[in-house]
Amino acid sequence: MQIYLPIAELPISVLMVLGLSGAVGFISGLFGVGGGFLLTPLLIFLDIPPAVAVATVAAQVAGSSMTGVLTYLRRKALDLKLGGVLVSGGIVGTVLGVLFFNTMKRLGQLELVITLSYVTLFSIIGGLMLYDALRAMLRVRAGKPARLKRRGGMHPWWMGLPFRVRFYRSGLYCSVVPIALLAVIIGFIGAVLGVGGGFILVPGLIYFFRIPPAVVVGTSLFQILVTMTGATLLHAVTNQSVDIVLAVLLLLGGVIGAQFGGRAARNLNVESFRLLLALLILSVGLRFAIELFIPPSEPFSVVVPESAR
Amino acid sequence: MRWLIATLAAVLVGLTAGAVRAETLIAAMSSHQIQITSNYTGSQLTVFGLVERDGRTVARGDPYDIIVTVRGPRRMLLVREKERLGPIWINRTQRRFADNPVFLHVATNRPIAEMMSNETARRDRIGLVNAERPSGDWVDLDPGARRFRESLVRIMQGKGLYDYEERGVTFLSSAMFSSPVDIPATAPTGSYTVDIVLYSGGVPLARQQTNFEVIKTGIEQRLASGAYDWAVLYGLATILLALFLGWGASVIFRRD
Repeated sequence: MQIYLPIAELPISVLMVLGLSGAVGFISGLFGVGGGFLLTPLLIFLDIPPAVAVATVAAQVAGSSMTGVLTYLRRKALDLKLGGVLVSGGIVGTVLGVLFFNTMKRLGQLELVITLSYVTLFSIIGGLMLYDALRAMLRVRAGKPARLKRRGGMHPWWMGLPFRVRFYRSGLYCSVVPIALLAVIIGFIGAVLGVGGGFILVPGLIYFFRIPPAVVVGTSLFQILVTMTGATLLHAVTNQSVDIVLAVLLLLGGVIGAQFGGRAARNLNVESFRLLLALLILSVGLRFAIELFIPPSEPFSVVVPESAR
Repeated sequence: MRWLIATLAAVLVGLTAGAVRAETLIAAMSSHQIQITSNYTGSQLTVFGLVERDGRTVARGDPYDIIVTVRGPRRMLLVREKERLGPIWINRTQRRFADNPVFLHVATNRPIAEMMSNETARRDRIGLVNAERPSGDWVDLDPGARRFRESLVRIMQGKGLYDYEERGVTFLSSAMFSSPVDIPATAPTGSYTVDIVLYSGGVPLARQQTNFEVIKTGIEQRLASGAYDWAVLYGLATILLALFLGWGASVIFRRD
């Protein structure tokens, strides 16, 4: 069954969109990432104009993270205080990112910047996570504990910076400076790449601040919910590229998928959780690397500049 | 007497003019409007035409040839070429085609190469590559411009937006013809022009122009115009809908 999308201006198969968003929703619920970094390239691959894909995915991500936020809130696995710090840092980063985005667009190298950032970011983060997950697995095989026990009083230096705040729910007593800095960086990357940034936030909070994964996922979803709600409104007002019909289709698949994903997350042990997320991020990086390094079969491409719409 | 001579002269001039009078073309579209509704998956139109001749029209040694060219709404298009820079491939050169149709369809009753010489096709802008050729010979002296235009046509053909049917015009009789035009669902909304040219022996004899439009109707149209005219409300409505669906899912699936 096909349905015509009024803003994207093309018909699309309803079942395909539901299946696609359902699968991405499952991953989103499983790992606490928005899923935008998977869904946006998929929609562009289906011929949906990039501006419409980015803006509509923002709406979809807002809706599906709403489901997650409510679930984690009920389970008391959401640190609102930490979320507040992340949101304020994220706003600063987003503004900086939009400025950088427009500068690169003027210079005509936006596409290169986006592809290069995808490749480097995803390869580095995915690679590090994979290395760490594999090492932990080997240790378990060898009969040792998965990772070295945290010794009391041993904290990374950045946690001891000034403005220390106690985050009860996360079991964290730490300076807000590095947390806000992480949020600024994520807001910046999110604005440039058109993604929520959950895939950086989740490992960042786990590795740098040693917050329990369960709380990290809930808090990350909260941050994504706030950012993406703002992004949807900004896109709708500034470039009218939010397709409400596509958004509803993506949401229907996404929220249902996210439910099953969230349920599956409970039956998944921490080590395989890390390994799977690492592989997922690494494979997205590889996909963009192929585009960059393999000689293209069609070196030419045609673009209709968005301003002409 | 002088009056009589003047009249006779006028009649004679008229007769001579009549003797070289060429054919006229009459054309009609099966529809002048394509309406996009929620189950729209593309559409098909037919161009009908008649080559009209009267007793004074000279007999032609060559058969009639018809070329139908449909041009969609015009936009600025950028064509980019990827080149090697060290180990990676990046877009380096780009050319802009200002005011280029996003949809182009050419149909003929037999291959253009059989109808006319390459020079004539270029001069008269016949065929996909020539249809939008800017005037002036410098275009052909610049090999880069032609390469980029050919790539543009190739890519747009791949997307189904450019299309050449070398036997897309059918003569129903010696003077009457029809030509179907497929409008894919991805073709943009806006006004389309249809140019029909009659050739014989590589010489253009008559031309005719008509048009049609592709518009959104019903709920599709209301949503699209709402997104522009009530941008803030539209955005808020989308967000509310998204959050509501998210909340609904957590209620429906709640188990604990």
